[in-house]
Amino acid sequence: MTKPVLTSSGKPRLTTSAMIASIAAEGQRTRPAPFGHALVAAAKERPEIVGLTADLGKYTDLHIFSQAFPDRFYQMGMAEQVMFGAASGLAAEGFTPFATTYAVFASRRAYDFIHQTIAEEDRNVKIVCALPGLTSGYGPSHQATEDLALMRAIPGMTVIDPCDAHEIEQAVPAIADHRGPVYMRLLRGQVPVVLDEYGYRFEIGKAKVIRDGTDVLVISSGLLTMRTLEAAAKLATDKVSVAVLHVPTIKPLDTATILTEAGKTGRLVVVAENHTVVGGLGEAVAALLMRNGLSPRFRQIGLPDEFLAAGALPTLHDRYGISTEAICNSLKAWLAG
Amino acid sequence: MTASTGHNKELAERAYRIRRNAVLMGEVQGQGYIAQALDIADVLAVAYFHALRYRPEDPDWEGRDRFLLSNGHYAIALYAALMEAGIIPAEELETYGGDESRLPMSGMAAYTPGMEMSGGSLGLGLSIAVGMAMGLKRKGSDRRVYVLFSDGELDEGSVWEAIMAAAHHKLDNIIAIVDVNNQQADGPSTQVMGFEPLVDRLEAFGWYTQRVDGNDLDAVVKAFDAARDHGEAKPRMIVADTLMGKGVPFLEAREKNHFIRVEAHEWKLALDALDAGRLA
Repeated sequence: MTKPVLTSSGKPRLTTSAMIASIAAEGQRTRPAPFGHALVAAAKERPEIVGLTADLGKYTDLHIFSQAFPDRFYQMGMAEQVMFGAASGLAAEGFTPFATTYAVFASRRAYDFIHQTIAEEDRNVKIVCALPGLTSGYGPSHQATEDLALMRAIPGMTVIDPCDAHEIEQAVPAIADHRGPVYMRLLRGQVPVVLDEYGYRFEIGKAKVIRDGTDVLVISSGLLTMRTLEAAAKLATDKVSVAVLHVPTIKPLDTATILTEAGKTGRLVVVAENHTVVGGLGEAVAALLMRNGLSPRFRQIGLPDEFLAAGALPTLHDRYGISTEAICNSLKAWLAG
Repeated sequence: MTASTGHNKELAERAYRIRRNAVLMGEVQGQGYIAQALDIADVLAVAYFHALRYRPEDPDWEGRDRFLLSNGHYAIALYAALMEAGIIPAEELETYGGDESRLPMSGMAAYTPGMEMSGGSLGLGLSIAVGMAMGLKRKGSDRRVYVLFSDGELDEGSVWEAIMAAAHHKLDNIIAIVDVNNQQADGPSTQVMGFEPLVDRLEAFGWYTQRVDGNDLDAVVKAFDAARDHGEAKPRMIVADTLMGKGVPFLEAREKNHFIRVEAHEWKLALDALDAGRLA
């Protein structure tokens, strides 16, 4: 990060509590607007791809697409219901709409439209939403802490929570190829690049072991895979061996891989997600294990069942237990207990 | 009984048969939104036997005009029209609302040939119409999107989102028909949530708008034709004032209610009333 900008009173200007604060750590490798660039690349191959936004093109990186294909871009105004309804109509006519907004507005305000006009009618619409989980310091209005629970409750919806720019770049053509409705969480702006170092390839519906370990298995998605990998590297210096199973597809869940990994005896099993502990990956995995007679020691890292505070993201991630440091502390405490 | 001056005898006969199909379906279940079906039968007769291009044997024909039923509880009326149009076999009438039927009480896209969307949750149709109209333009198609909705749906904010979006995107290939029967779940629509002056409002929102007696076949035909032929790059709205129960005098006179109760013996009387009003 560059030198802090000072306010008129000489204090460093806060830059982390903005609505769309960056999630990139200091010095972390990033790529700009991976979704926008990947969509442009996919759209060159697929003329049926069109883009829609509800007055958030710039803030979902869809502006990259709208600049490249102005005649394939629809500005629907700050009106999420008509945007998703129109996306359904475009899909009915054979197009593949990518509709973007913030995750809160898709999952909360326009839920009935997504449920009825897209999912129930089985329309081939890709819903791509920024500010997932706790990636905004703006308060509950912009913190989509329950989007995965809402979306995975919809029959036929494919739900994806990508980790980094590398994964988003691969997920975009994959969901364009996939026939059916998809909800994908979006990291936008300068997005960290992490998974390329592990030779990782994204596949819809596939969970992958990113790192093996013997003391604890962390099953994670999205931003929390990135954080868990950082925590695992730190804990390795304390001779704590952490395996990381990355589960980018929340629905349909890769039950076989999760059962295989969780079934290996002797490891603490932890699910880590950038989402409320209610109804997300953690409870999905817990139910899966119980249904299959597995009962390892089980813990959840996730956001508490409460309305979260506004503030600076690093502070909030520490407070709610999803920073790298907080994850290290939780894992150590559970292993000691 | 359809208030035709006689120029549209064929359409009057179609409307009669649509009403008859609807009453027969209502009798199957002993209930249904029959008063709405009777009020909208004339509009559906004009839509399916004057305006729409379609192939009965190929309901998904790319060259068809789209017809969206936003008010899914009017499914009984649309099924009646689809039967008359030869898209649904008339013998399926007996299955209306039953287990495994293709004719559920609320219209759903996956169930029924010719049903372009899933209704039930009100206020969805215009938004889907916006996307279909944009899609047809993208494909260079000259086909149109007809969308029927009800005056109660005007309460839904999403309807006005779609009204704005259709005008903004100059979707002159949308012809929307709003059924103003002034009856919704909790009472007269204008008392539940006022929407007048509706024509002024819609024109202010950028729509080419006509208001007609929706039970006057000549007027409805003219309105559909004018909507089709209008020159401006604006979406088109037909405000159709209709009479609940139209064509069955004792239902027309019944105390107005969103869900009109029909006693078991009255279905036959309703058919008799339709027959009595049928144009010779």
